[in-house]
Amino acid sequence: MNDDTPEERTVLLNVAGAVPQIVSDDNTDDLKILLGEFEGPLDLLLHLIRQEHVSIYDIPVARITDEYLHYLRVMQELDIAVAGDFLVMAATLIELKTKMLLPRDPLAPREEDEDPRSELVNQLLEYQKYKAAAEMLWSRATVEQAIFKRAELETDKNNPEVAVGLFDLLKVFQDILARHKEEKLLEIEREEISMAEMLERLRNMVMSAGELNLRVFFERARSRRELVLAFLSVLELVRTTEVKLFQRETFGDITARVAG
Amino acid sequence: MASNEESLNQEPVDEAALNEEASRELAAMVAEAEQSGTATDEESDDDALLSAPQSQAERAGVIEALIFVSDEPLGVKAIADVLKEDKEVIGETLKALAEEFNGRNGGLQLREVAGGWQFATRPEFHEHVRAFLKTRPSAKLTIASLETLAVIAYRQPVTVPEILEIRGVQSPSSIKTLLDKKLIVAKGRKDAVGRPMMYGTSKEFLLQFGLKDLSELPSVEDFHDLSGGS
Repeated sequence: MNDDTPEERTVLLNVAGAVPQIVSDDNTDDLKILLGEFEGPLDLLLHLIRQEHVSIYDIPVARITDEYLHYLRVMQELDIAVAGDFLVMAATLIELKTKMLLPRDPLAPREEDEDPRSELVNQLLEYQKYKAAAEMLWSRATVEQAIFKRAELETDKNNPEVAVGLFDLLKVFQDILARHKEEKLLEIEREEISMAEMLERLRNMVMSAGELNLRVFFERARSRRELVLAFLSVLELVRTTEVKLFQRETFGDITARVAG
Repeated sequence: MASNEESLNQEPVDEAALNEEASRELAAMVAEAEQSGTATDEESDDDALLSAPQSQAERAGVIEALIFVSDEPLGVKAIADVLKEDKEVIGETLKALAEEFNGRNGGLQLREVAGGWQFATRPEFHEHVRAFLKTRPSAKLTIASLETLAVIAYRQPVTVPEILEIRGVQSPSSIKTLLDKKLIVAKGRKDAVGRPMMYGTSKEFLLQFGLKDLSELPSVEDFHDLSGGS
């Protein structure tokens, strides 16, 4: 309670053979308790039954209940919020213990002569199967984690990058070129743009949005010369791997994306 | 040496002119390709003309190639569709192929998983593979999650209250983990009080636990004998 150095405080207790352990979490000031391997009240009960070397079909209810309650008490002493499921089981056990102590009602019909423990036994047997199945899954997963599948091929769906070839690029270029021929351009002032400026423009357009439809980029060119420069600048940025080209569908628009 | 080369390539190359020439040539090729129909159209036409394998060896070869390029386990039906042959024929060939391939005892195995076939490394070489890939085994599921998963796998479709009944403990966080890892999927609501959600395992579950299908899970009744003796 008033211990100021939790990291040095490790308490060991031996409860019913299990070793609950209090450890301090490095990241927080919280103390954590590791309660052995129990995944729930049934798990704890199974452990106690094994611990006491008794048969699951003939559980000495009084003894096991005492052990079970002892375990819960330790948890409470350690100020751990005992999960509700553990308490429900405690109540069930106490009820069973009482039933076992009481003499049988001689007037009760014969069907009620059934062992009061049978329901719990069935529950334990059922749980035990799935606990074993969980262990089986665990070992399967371990083997499976040691198996590796091939890395993805270039043609795999998630890698559309390779879908763009020189032809595709050229085709976009030609489409624009054809359109330019048809349009009568009214050039009011002629401002020659240099290759360096065109590269800069492409870089800016791609960087600002993260990706750029090349059709949009090419359409900005106002002359054949600018178009050629635009095309060359795309090739240059691809060559220097500053951008990557993607095409979502065959003959679809080609998009330039910032590499990396 | 340098002087030799220089003497060979004495004529100065007009790069610009060459580029222009290449561009014209390519443009002509594109135009031609367009006239004769698009490339993809041709492919699908070819597909119809694919001839059936002439021999068992060829059939096995094709199957092996298809499994290799498939990025997920390849089913018999998908193979049969490409080869336009009976599923039985493909199944037989696959069995023989797997036997032959795995008989080699090499670094790879041809195995059946999640309703398909795939190539994978043999587990015994995992240390070297990991060293090369620089990976560590990913975090395992907790015992609680595995127990919950076991109940779902064997009792699906199963509701949360039913899982609670078997495990004797609430498992909402386990179910969330399993859903996040896509090992289980919601299978609709049960026609019962409160209409609880039912859960079942996914294809991812088969993949991660190396199962051909759910029937490959050992019978849960067998586990009874396994642990009931203690």
